[in-house]
Amino acid sequence: MSGEVTHKEAAMTGHEPHMDPATAREAATLGIWTFLATEVLLFGGLFTAYVIFRIKYPRMFYEDHLMLDRVLGAVNTIVLIGSSLTVALGISAIRKGKVRLLRMYLSFTILLAATFLGIKYLEYTEKFSHGLSPGTDIFFSLYFMLTGLHGIHVLAGMVVLGAVLYLAGKGKYSESYHTPVEISGLYWHFVDLVWIYLFPLLYLVG
Amino acid sequence: MKEHGPGNVGYIAVWAALVVLTAATVAVSYVHLGMMNIVVALLIASVKASLVALFFMHLRRESRLVWGFALTPVFFLVLIIAGTLSDTLFR
Repeated sequence: MSGEVTHKEAAMTGHEPHMDPATAREAATLGIWTFLATEVLLFGGLFTAYVIFRIKYPRMFYEDHLMLDRVLGAVNTIVLIGSSLTVALGISAIRKGKVRLLRMYLSFTILLAATFLGIKYLEYTEKFSHGLSPGTDIFFSLYFMLTGLHGIHVLAGMVVLGAVLYLAGKGKYSESYHTPVEISGLYWHFVDLVWIYLFPLLYLVG
Repeated sequence: MKEHGPGNVGYIAVWAALVVLTAATVAVSYVHLGMMNIVVALLIASVKASLVALFFMHLRRESRLVWGFALTPVFFLVLIIAGTLSDTLFR
């Protein structure tokens, strides 16, 4: 029950809260899924470009993808999957009212996200040092656009989860109210989901 | 809270499956199967994505309305890719 929030709303509008907690939670869930729908289509444009150019230039895609480090890509996949698990366990913890456990799992998730970006940074540096850049050809253009856009999402996820971690520390979430934790978790799983497709398409089958 | 997730053991099982599938897709990528490589890679990726959506995002326990919200963009993505291909493939 989002006592504080609804009271604040009531104070601002001068009305009694007109949504019961279950309805508020349902609305928040539909809200994040709608946002994720726009995200699918944001990445979708680039995925479409990938399909078109892969069919048009199969040789370029084959030769270029061999230049990516599939071991680092695989390690990063494992890192991101692990961060999805820690978020899921964190949500499971707050559902039982365990705030400390939630904070521990969130900290761990943010650490894994930072690890992912660190490895990504190493990869980018290595590519640039070999003269491979977004301007090299269509494959690398798509590689940098897709992984860059995804990287921005990872960064945004760290900010969101960081905010949830901070608010959890202030005692905002409990067994009965933790919708923001669930919503942020859904966003984070989506970031993982995008990478699940990016990894094979770029590193494994180019 | 009336709805409970798959439980922590369930989450860890899903995670283990995701790790195994990642190892599998990397292993298969070293074998030359021609066109089958991409089919296998996309198949494994889709199984992984489904596991994440169904269990981690607990779509499994969501209402039909949420399912509608989740599947609509997938439909549009297929439409965009198919529509674009129907142009570029037959020029």
